[in-house]
Amino acid sequence: MNWNIVLAATIKWVFMVLVFGLGVAGILTWVERKMSAVIQDRVGPNRASILGFRMLGLFHPLADAIKAFTKEDFVPDGANRVLFFLAPLIALVPGMLAFAVLPFGPGDNLVIANMDSGIIALLAITSFGIYGATLGGWSSNNAFAMLGSLRAAAQMISYEVSMGLNLVGMFMVFGTLSFSQIVYAQGHLLGGWLPEWGIVVQPLAFILFMAAALAENKRAPFDLPEGESEIIGYNVEYSSMRFATFFLSEFFEVVLIAAIVTVLFLGGWQIPWLDPKGIAGGWIRVLQVGAFVVKTLFVIWVMMLARWTLPRFRYDQVMKLGWKIILPLSLLNILVTAIVLAML
Amino acid sequence: MASNFTPYYALVFVAVLSILLVLALLVVNAILGPKRRSRVKMTPFECGNEPWDNPRKRISVKYYLVAIFFIVFDIEAVFLYPWSVLYRGLLKQPGYGILALWEMLLFIGVLAMGLAYVWGKGDLDWNPGAKR
Amino acid sequence: MSAEMIVFWILAIGAVLGALAVVLPPFGRNPLHGALALVVSFIFMAGVYVQLSAFFVAVIQVLVYAGAVMTLFVFVIMLLNLTPEELAQPKYSWYKVLSVFSALAIGFIVASGLTHVLVHFHAASIPATFGNAASVGGVLVKKWLFVFEFSSILLLSAIVGAVLIARKRRS
Repeated sequence: MNWNIVLAATIKWVFMVLVFGLGVAGILTWVERKMSAVIQDRVGPNRASILGFRMLGLFHPLADAIKAFTKEDFVPDGANRVLFFLAPLIALVPGMLAFAVLPFGPGDNLVIANMDSGIIALLAITSFGIYGATLGGWSSNNAFAMLGSLRAAAQMISYEVSMGLNLVGMFMVFGTLSFSQIVYAQGHLLGGWLPEWGIVVQPLAFILFMAAALAENKRAPFDLPEGESEIIGYNVEYSSMRFATFFLSEFFEVVLIAAIVTVLFLGGWQIPWLDPKGIAGGWIRVLQVGAFVVKTLFVIWVMMLARWTLPRFRYDQVMKLGWKIILPLSLLNILVTAIVLAML
Repeated sequence: MASNFTPYYALVFVAVLSILLVLALLVVNAILGPKRRSRVKMTPFECGNEPWDNPRKRISVKYYLVAIFFIVFDIEAVFLYPWSVLYRGLLKQPGYGILALWEMLLFIGVLAMGLAYVWGKGDLDWNPGAKR
Repeated sequence: MSAEMIVFWILAIGAVLGALAVVLPPFGRNPLHGALALVVSFIFMAGVYVQLSAFFVAVIQVLVYAGAVMTLFVFVIMLLNLTPEELAQPKYSWYKVLSVFSALAIGFIVASGLTHVLVHFHAASIPATFGNAASVGGVLVKKWLFVFEFSSILLLSAIVGAVLIARKRRS
């Protein structure tokens, strides 16, 4: 047993998953409400205060956390207790684990598990999220939760296919399945000025991947599993911290998807046109991690904007979009990429 | 000492940490939260109506079809991953070259036929009568 | 016992216990619990693959079996929603004969494979790239190209079969 590995993994886990992942996800619960308020010309959350300081309602996530901890945690009659208990756990843990394969910066020290097949590992880990949503709804013994979980499962598996297929074009261009290597490769400049980011070499894959990831995340415009105006969702029977776990997993996945999109399509920690030799010592690392964080926050902002400006799809439209538009287009993308690469 | 196995140990360790954290959240809540049960609270929530049927019933076969299509195309993607990593190298390899493109065209073509078949049979229409 | 052996025994026992839990009570009584036990077994098995330096196969094991195939299983169990009474109904006896036969057949294949390995195994150092996606792909698209292409036909027949079965039940 090598204790250095354990120690390093623990420190990285605390900073990457807890401070960055959960921290941003917690603040996002506030951003979501405040942003929707601004878009809809309302005031938004502004009540929670400490000693009279309101801080634009920034204490609301804190108040929510306290509430989640001190509310009654009960299991409805007829529910399957084992699965009812496991479902929130299965919903949140894969998202947290997925951060382990994402590089926050160059080298081995800014990624928990620098795997050779990291991108496939990430797809494998995130595919467990489906169990959380489906088992949560099924175990509740509630007709609406059951409907929500069925919708969630069918929608998530439909878009998971496209997520995987969209990345094949990226693998072909960069010739690797490793997150670290794909970010290094994106540091090249095409023709001496255009950064070889995923969004530049695979623009169609970027759009399709974003759409599929939004659907995978089950947020508007793909929020049919929740559909608060009709079925309330697979987590309708959940209370207190168990509900908060589902709630948090949704925001955690927003951060995760933004980070994945940043790493794969927006160059990760790469800063284009910057010569690393010009900056002294460790500051270049700080800048690079900062670039990763800023890009991630930007993608989160785009996702939030999509959430509050687009109306919800109908369920047959969701299925049609997934199977009849995104899937054929991603196959076409592979084909075109293959032909272009063969001609080069 | 870093070996090929290091990332996997780290991954397992981080998984254990994450599970423990979420468990801790749930346990703290179970300790702090009140326990006031009542008959009405324990009934399934249906917006105030009495539940009148068992929710766990048989569901339309459409969902099963979606799951099968998912498996098939997921496995297709899995077959494409190793090929896609090698693709550029194979193109440059003498005596191989464009064959790398053809073998994949055949593979994708067969599955595209499958997609076309399902599409034509109307099994991708979730709600066949719906307005487009 | 070396650390490697300890890890192996943890993984092996986990995989076997998970597989036993699929069919034995208390888990096996509820099909969904059984399916989840199988997921756990698959994950432990992926760990065994990692120990064998089959990194790409390990990741694919989790993605395809624990992620995709078991999602289908869980989905189908949810869709059928068999009641305990329906589950307790006596099964056809030839099902049992068939399952014993297939278990024996699989056991024979595994045993013959194991003896082959035990007889012919030579401890040798493996290249650093062993088991990654590129080396697996190299074998797949060159040596086993025909099998690779043929698997697409298998997948196609799965699609057609599923559609036909669903159609038959619907009408």
